[in-house]
Amino acid sequence: MGKVSVRFFARYAELAGCSWSAVNVQTPATVADVISRVREVFPGTQAMPPRPLAALNQRQVKLDATVKEGDEVALLPPLSGG
Amino acid sequence: MMHLTRHRLEVADLLAEVQSAERGGTCVFLGTVRNDAGVTGIDYTAYEAMAVEEIERILAETHERWPDARVMLQHRLGLIPVGEASIAIAAAAPHRDAAFAACRHVIEAVKKRLPIWKKELRGDGSEQWVEAHDHR
Repeated sequence: MGKVSVRFFARYAELAGCSWSAVNVQTPATVADVISRVREVFPGTQAMPPRPLAALNQRQVKLDATVKEGDEVALLPPLSGG
Repeated sequence: MMHLTRHRLEVADLLAEVQSAERGGTCVFLGTVRNDAGVTGIDYTAYEAMAVEEIERILAETHERWPDARVMLQHRLGLIPVGEASIAIAAAAPHRDAAFAACRHVIEAVKKRLPIWKKELRGDGSEQWVEAHDHR
């Protein structure tokens, strides 16, 4: 098992009830595995869409990207900057 | 110049970053908070570290495509009242075509790529996250 940092922003932070946490997953994992674990640990995040936008170590990635112990996964609501 | 700020955006500061004697065309884009349906202000939040990196990447790509242009961008965060700017972009180039094109490229990339979110605040006290892509 490996510990992965998880960050929530905007509406997803409200759903999770926090903006930062960590989850344990079997590593190497995928971003999708981390999200599945997040939905178990933070039931409010089950209201996120099935395939939310995600960033791995500050870069947007697809959900099949590989996650290692110590990585940071960020869950991003639809972007609305500008 | 910091790309993210909690203060009012000052166009003169951006112009000072991009203008020079050899750049004869300057284009400025300002995005300001609209008074849609009772909106009194918008509270902007960001994944700040990633947003700064993404802005650097967007500006580097813009420089590759329009090497003679110089472009600067600032995005404001926090509560911004109606009528004030949330984003300012200045692009200067030897001629206007490149200035307009570079400026347009940057705002479109910002809309698609910056991890920034807005929550609309209304006069009746209600709040709503903006999640649609139709507010362009």
